[in-house]
Amino acid sequence: MALLHISEPGRTPAPHARRYVLGIDLGTTNSLVACVRSGVAETLPDDNGRHLLPSVVRYLRGAAPVVGYEAIAVAHEDPLNTIASVKRLMGRGVEDVKRLGRTLPYEFTQADSAMPRIRTVAGELSPVEVSAEILKELKRRAQATLGAEVRDAVITVPAYFDDAQRQATKDAARVAGLNVLRLLNEPTAAALAYGLDRRAEGVYVVYDLGGGTFDVSLLRLNRGVFEVLATAGDSALGGDDMDHAVAEWLMRAAGIGDDDVQGGTGVGRLQHPASRDTGTSLYGAGDRMSGATADRKRLRRLLRDARAAREALTQNSRTPVQVARADGSVWEGALTRAQLQALVEPLIDRTLPPCRRVLRDAGLRADEVLGVVLVGGATRMPRVREKVAEFFGRAPLADIDPDRVVAVGAAIQADAIGGNRRDDDLLLLDVIPLALGIEIMGGMVEKIVPRNTTIPVARAQDFTTYKDGQTALLVHVLQGERELIADCRSLARFELRGIPPMAAGAARIRVTFQVDADGLLSVSAREQTTGAESHVAVKPSYGLTDAEIERMLRDSIAHAREDEAARTLREQQVEADRMIEAVTAALAADGARLLSADERAAIEARVAELKVARDGDEARAIKRAVEALDGATGGFAARRMDDAVRAALAGHRLEEFSPSPEPKPR
Amino acid sequence: MQADLRKNYFELFGLAAAFDIDPADLAARYRDLARRLHPDKFAARPDPERRLSLQLTARLNEAFQVLKDPIRRGRYLLSLRGVDLGEETDTAMDPAFLMEQMELREALAQARGCADPRTRLAELANDIQRRLAAKLHTLAAQLQQDRSSEARATLREMQFLERSRREIDNLEEELA
Repeated sequence: MALLHISEPGRTPAPHARRYVLGIDLGTTNSLVACVRSGVAETLPDDNGRHLLPSVVRYLRGAAPVVGYEAIAVAHEDPLNTIASVKRLMGRGVEDVKRLGRTLPYEFTQADSAMPRIRTVAGELSPVEVSAEILKELKRRAQATLGAEVRDAVITVPAYFDDAQRQATKDAARVAGLNVLRLLNEPTAAALAYGLDRRAEGVYVVYDLGGGTFDVSLLRLNRGVFEVLATAGDSALGGDDMDHAVAEWLMRAAGIGDDDVQGGTGVGRLQHPASRDTGTSLYGAGDRMSGATADRKRLRRLLRDARAAREALTQNSRTPVQVARADGSVWEGALTRAQLQALVEPLIDRTLPPCRRVLRDAGLRADEVLGVVLVGGATRMPRVREKVAEFFGRAPLADIDPDRVVAVGAAIQADAIGGNRRDDDLLLLDVIPLALGIEIMGGMVEKIVPRNTTIPVARAQDFTTYKDGQTALLVHVLQGERELIADCRSLARFELRGIPPMAAGAARIRVTFQVDADGLLSVSAREQTTGAESHVAVKPSYGLTDAEIERMLRDSIAHAREDEAARTLREQQVEADRMIEAVTAALAADGARLLSADERAAIEARVAELKVARDGDEARAIKRAVEALDGATGGFAARRMDDAVRAALAGHRLEEFSPSPEPKPR
Repeated sequence: MQADLRKNYFELFGLAAAFDIDPADLAARYRDLARRLHPDKFAARPDPERRLSLQLTARLNEAFQVLKDPIRRGRYLLSLRGVDLGEETDTAMDPAFLMEQMELREALAQARGCADPRTRLAELANDIQRRLAAKLHTLAAQLQQDRSSEARATLREMQFLERSRREIDNLEEELA
């Protein structure tokens, strides 16, 4: 029954079967999956040897959606059902989507939650579901290549993603049946890929200009520790915007006005005609489709040609272009690299203030930077490289494929978190990109955690009531750098009740923000005199409810055939196995040293009970046994942590200290 | 239940509760602790350990931020010594210092409109930096000799200067 485990030489002999953990780069334009095999991190190709998976999903009536090249090939034929660049919608609200309108040639509707839905032949879909299709495809590819079932992944997100965008990404993974061990910032992943490669030490900049987002991060590399010092960016700036600039030029050159492509009233450039509509449908009603669909097709084709032209000009100084007019005639011309430069120059210039800001935030000068790493397809453009070189005063590094470097870094981190790396010196210390705070009187934001704070972090601040006899307090959580709540992003609201009636200003309400290693926030509020408490894991205002995620899980094909009870049971069994494995490993490592015989026997008894429950068919019994084991191991966990602290300080001189609050007599 | 969460920030780093700290030593201790305690090292550990790892690393990060910043470190040290920092209740400050602050604020307001605002702002920033350095020296001596109420006054003045320094940063960013 037991299988023999053979560990690779030089690798940790795992106490359990070696588990693959995937590194996934879920990009705006392309996505990749990578994995460490035989000690080497590499991206995994599809059956045709292609590593990139275009982040495009085409929905069909009554059939499974199609993802990748197959979807992109017909994007211009079926624009309403072919969703591209969905990452730009992740964690966004309806208002944000309106602002992004010009880049999104689909139809939107609004559901019960504030998250917009895309109307397709397969129903109304949230951006989370569309992203989940991309993740499922990557998971399929990985399982086929590795010949093993895969459950865990490290997924990268732009460093500049806020709480809502991160939560949406994590939700998408859940819908795709992936357990996220870590959301990793893309620039940090890239730095990891480069830093380990070169055994670099010192301060590095990662300049990441992707399809839809721009990030710049400043990191200090020191003996395997990758410490992010500062990060800045623009979560709505990328190659897509360049394509739009080129598409607009093509239209002007071909002598067609915006109206001709839109068939509308000419309210904005390349904007869909109905985008100003109010009400439930953001982008117009279906009965106007025939004309509008033709326009959308032309718009898609135009954008596709614009990108092709932009990419061609990386190699060539001139490229032929053509535009089909509405009347069937075709305009033919050429675009030169110099013309392209003039078109995209303002967009590239928008990346420079964030570069200045990270230097300022870290208190460093450009000449203290040892290297600049380029990430993202748009950094292939010669003009981008020139500008970056000019700003930092040195030629950037681009010897790792900028399309793959993030996935490779994610795979290295996945391998480390999965416990497969031998030198466990490797550590990534990320920061939050934007300040977190709460609303105070006058529509102002009081910042509790400033930007560029290393995570995880917990920070508390005391507030008080402003009215006599006030018994409840509304806590409104916001993210952003500005002073006014109107300029920040609203993440969540919750109420603290049960404050005893007191004079205004007498209550002491401690609000604690805790940000985990994924950059996700939970907030609690506690009235200090009575202990009245309220706690929320922040569910972003633009996020999905748990019920919605449940429905998506039910709807997804992977789960279609099992009923809910069976799925709950299986989830509990997986959880039980994980717990049994973890506790058994902990006992084997430290049980003899840190536990008395009685203590050890008590934990082993709980393990045995959990094993019995796990083989039964009652999900609730398993859950109870998991909780019992959890409770029984609390003291053991504390001792192991103390041990870890002692071990960490072993190489350092321990100073004497006075634990009392009184000053030591001198 | 857990000793490390009750330790003060100095104890967590294995350091004596004193104002003088070697920043390089502090950073090295931080890295070694983070390497052992970070949640990324606990993915395959039992849940109680994972929770402790998150709490402890959050505390470690906060402790590092406090200890590496002289103003925050000084305030923390005073609070350990039981000194009430009570900003809201006590606003008395040295009149000479307040006069200097008013002059500085006026200079800042004028810098915006002057012919070469960047150079002017850089001058002001240097001035503040120099004064902060002098105060830091004073503070270290006061804390060393347990002159807590004097140290408290020095710290408040440093906070004022720090705030002005940040304002200059913001102005420079606006100009850039």
